[in-house]
Amino acid sequence: MLEAQSNIIARVDELRWQLPPNLNDLLAEQIYTEATQIAARSQERLGASQRLLWERRLDWLLTNRYTGIPLMVLLLAIVLWITISGANYPSALLAALLVDWGWPALKAALAPYLAPWLLGVLVDGVYLTSAWVVSVMLPPMAIFFPIFTILEDFGYLPRVAFNLDRIFQRAGAHGKQALTMSMGWGCNAAGVVAARIIDSPRERIIAIITNNFSLCNGRWPMQFLIATVFLGSLVQAEYANLVATLAVLFVALLGIVLALVSSALLSRTVLRGHASTFSLELPPYRPPQILKTLYTAFFDRTIFVLWRAIVFAAPAGAAIWLVGNIEIAQVPLAKVIIDWLNPLAGIIGLNGVILLAYIIAIPANEIVIPTILMLTAVYSGELHSGSAVMFEASSHQALGEMLAAGGWTITTAICLMLFSLCHNPCSTTIYTIYKETKSLKWTTLSVLIPLAWGFLLCAIVTLVWM
Amino acid sequence: MSSYCDHCSGAQQARLEQLGVGFEDIDHIICLAGNPNTGKSTVFNALTGLKQHTGNWPGKTIERAEGGFVYNDKHYKIVDLPGTYSLLSASPDEEVARDFILFGQPDVTVIVLDATRLERNLNLALQIFQITRRIVVAVNFLKEARSHNLNIDLRNLELDLGVPVVAIEARDGQGFAELLSAIAKVCGGDIVPNPKALKLNIPGLKGALNQVKQLLAQLYPQLEHKEWIALRLLAGDASVSAALARGDLENL
Repeated sequence: MLEAQSNIIARVDELRWQLPPNLNDLLAEQIYTEATQIAARSQERLGASQRLLWERRLDWLLTNRYTGIPLMVLLLAIVLWITISGANYPSALLAALLVDWGWPALKAALAPYLAPWLLGVLVDGVYLTSAWVVSVMLPPMAIFFPIFTILEDFGYLPRVAFNLDRIFQRAGAHGKQALTMSMGWGCNAAGVVAARIIDSPRERIIAIITNNFSLCNGRWPMQFLIATVFLGSLVQAEYANLVATLAVLFVALLGIVLALVSSALLSRTVLRGHASTFSLELPPYRPPQILKTLYTAFFDRTIFVLWRAIVFAAPAGAAIWLVGNIEIAQVPLAKVIIDWLNPLAGIIGLNGVILLAYIIAIPANEIVIPTILMLTAVYSGELHSGSAVMFEASSHQALGEMLAAGGWTITTAICLMLFSLCHNPCSTTIYTIYKETKSLKWTTLSVLIPLAWGFLLCAIVTLVWM
Repeated sequence: MSSYCDHCSGAQQARLEQLGVGFEDIDHIICLAGNPNTGKSTVFNALTGLKQHTGNWPGKTIERAEGGFVYNDKHYKIVDLPGTYSLLSASPDEEVARDFILFGQPDVTVIVLDATRLERNLNLALQIFQITRRIVVAVNFLKEARSHNLNIDLRNLELDLGVPVVAIEARDGQGFAELLSAIAKVCGGDIVPNPKALKLNIPGLKGALNQVKQLLAQLYPQLEHKEWIALRLLAGDASVSAALARGDLENL
């Protein structure tokens, strides 16, 4: 220790003996008294507040022990239902425009100028994959994100944290984990960074590891699509949206349950400890700025995610086209890998196409769907032979028929929805987890825990179904 | 421009040029401090044209965000700090805020207050008053306060606090002309804020503070914030005394 500095410290220690022992409290008290006096001198209450009354009533309804959680689930269901039923028509329209009309048109227009292999890579690979991304992902995102942002603007998120606090405490986790979880519903990497609001390192790591159980931007559209195509089609048309909504709602809620169970397991094993208490302010409800929110949600989130998807999907599309067309002993490379993955995938109700898609899609969950579609096409040989028949009708029904032709059943769809919830985080999130925890151990656990759940749940579903 | 225009707030705001993150040749650094959820990020976005995520929940900003703008030909760098309730405890977000106000050498610290929660917001403001004198207070959500039947006398508040106080309605984009002009005046020295000092009438504290301040002054003649550091040492703040022991008090 430095000489002069330690002298000051010694002197400070002496002086502290002469000061009241509760100096900190006295200081805090003085600041508080002063603040109260200043406020009192400059503010004047003109009468009872009207707004406080309805805010209190609304808070009572939204955070009360009996109605809080049911209303939360109901609200989520409504948001999902609006998204699913609202996205159908624009999705079909975009697919008709970009795939049914745009793809053959582009192919015909470029055919005279490009070598066949380049035409294949660019039009069948890059363009078609990007077109699928836009038609499948744009409509649900353009509906889902703005509604979610409006709720956030209104002040609902802290109420969710308040409702879930008791449950999280019981799981040995921090109440604010509900907030990081909600952020994860937008993007897991953002949710992982948001865990900084949790002071206790133990609870922060729990929040980080379990954030992946929040369905992210990249995974919602896949849930909407598979639920609509496979589960919605099980019932009469007028109930299709309802059934699809319930299925997605179930997966989203299952995510919360798995986050809680995993938190409880972690806090009783490798991250043992008591839940710490905290205070969270319930901010006043503020009328959301609808137009501004719509604008920013669309441009900041929807276009951002879509752009990310296209950036990742375009090269992936090219790569898939190549694996589909590079042949080993007359068999396309993709087919070799898929056949090799098939037995393992079969145990958990999936197929080799899906597993390969998940491997290719590690950089971004957004491209799972287009990768699956493209691989299915490659695998069945349709794209390889250059026939355009498969994509001529791209309504949900046609999509379902195409996948069914690839060997898909209801079990495949259910297992895919579960696996989409429970699999490794995307590479951006994995990197973020490493940056935030600076630990290979926690990063590895963050990858393995969801995968373990995924394999377990899918295997159980497959076994029970058979 | 005629002299009438000079007094019109629209004309003054027209001198604002949002720079986003592309700022260089900075003339002044300013920062935004305040309780969580008082609208700091909304002010930040309005001035810089950036799209820092805003949302109605406390704890949303966890890292400081930086952006730039030009006002009256001066280049400003503005830093959006995480919202905190106090500067006394040592949670990570509070440290980010405290360290920046202490050592980031902002030319102006803009304290954003929520008019509907004036008492609790002033609690933090008074703590910031102990660290820096170059302060502008922006009172946000006055419209909401009025709907709560709460009337706030800003002129009186300004006299009481001793620093410029301006009314803003950040979400509606109102009051920025006045805010910018106050910031520019404090930066340029046209206004010298005289923030209200705490009375500190705790037996024996004044003498002890003076002694520690003198000792610090002998060792670090250039040290800013001697009063605050002396107070933190006497209050037994472990992080401050550890910094002193390491000999890097100047960059804590």
